[in-house]
Amino acid sequence: MCRVVDLQQAVLAENDRRARALRSELTARGTSVVNLLSSPGSGKTALLEAELTLARSRGIPVAALTADLATENDARRLGRSGAPVKQVLTDGLCHLEADMLRGHLDGWLPDGTRVLFVENVGNLVCPATYDLGETLRVALCSVTEGEDKPLKYPTAFGLAHLVLVTKSDLADAVGFDEAAFRAHVQQINPGVETVLTSTRTGEGAGVLLEHALAAHGNAPAHRPVMARQVLPREHGHTHHHDGVAHSHS
Amino acid sequence: MHEMSLALAVVDQVDGALRDEPPGTVDTVRLQVGELAGVVADALHFSFTLACEGTALEGAALHIDTVPGRARCTPCGQEWATGMPPHLHCPACRGTAAALVAGRELRIVSVHRTDHGVVPAPAPASEEN
Repeated sequence: MCRVVDLQQAVLAENDRRARALRSELTARGTSVVNLLSSPGSGKTALLEAELTLARSRGIPVAALTADLATENDARRLGRSGAPVKQVLTDGLCHLEADMLRGHLDGWLPDGTRVLFVENVGNLVCPATYDLGETLRVALCSVTEGEDKPLKYPTAFGLAHLVLVTKSDLADAVGFDEAAFRAHVQQINPGVETVLTSTRTGEGAGVLLEHALAAHGNAPAHRPVMARQVLPREHGHTHHHDGVAHSHS
Repeated sequence: MHEMSLALAVVDQVDGALRDEPPGTVDTVRLQVGELAGVVADALHFSFTLACEGTALEGAALHIDTVPGRARCTPCGQEWATGMPPHLHCPACRGTAAALVAGRELRIVSVHRTDHGVVPAPAPASEEN
């Protein structure tokens, strides 16, 4: 006998549940999590090293967890800042999930950490789908990657609370069209702040840290359209929307 | 390719949900995938077949209903198709305070299955001759 079993379950329900639990737990401990997303080679590690060094010089307790498929090179680079750093090797997995992050924090994350920076696997597709329990999600793009990158990876840029352009010192050399880039970001994420940075010239230094501290204990100041969900207007039948996307009011 | 992780999550959830059902085979798993969910349907189909191997879902087909992106402006009420890549400014008032009505779905809708052991027994052989 053939039967239809109605399930109505979000595929990512388990990850989203763990992410919410981690966000609550870390908020209660006074720690906010910043999830950094970009393509490989965009300059996440260089920017993060500079921000960790800045935080340390100001006496702000920060830590960083960096994920890669292989090598501990990034942890070595970030460790030069003096901040606690942990390398996570994903063994080929293209993204981090909330339970993976959770598992790496036990016994490592120092009490009193104000900001935990998570450098996700360099990839603009897969990590975008997974909530890690972050308070602030940041999408980065270097000037060499092309102005239309946000349109090509709308989920990554559309769900970001902050967009950082890296390697701005190379903008003239590669003919980076800043106005076009900003317009593309605004098309998919209206109202999000976009800031140019360069670890060579120091442009935008401290912006990431400031946003991370401002998000501390609160919802991010910016709420992306893509992260807000409303119910369809009623047409006389029931709609199910749990777990698809939730709004933070 | 995170579609493999998603396929494993689908198989895991369906397997768990059907644990208390009578023995049977899973014929089809029906998913809703939003246009803005960041998922490639072909990759998900491919991964699903692999993820089902050796499980109670082995041999099941995956049916994906694609949900187009739609947004609604909170202040003015205008509703529009977002397109891909999406346009998320309100086309009527140019406001930035819209929300999605649809488009980020990634959900298991239902499962079609065939129960074993409830097939009517063949009629007893007649003893006419």
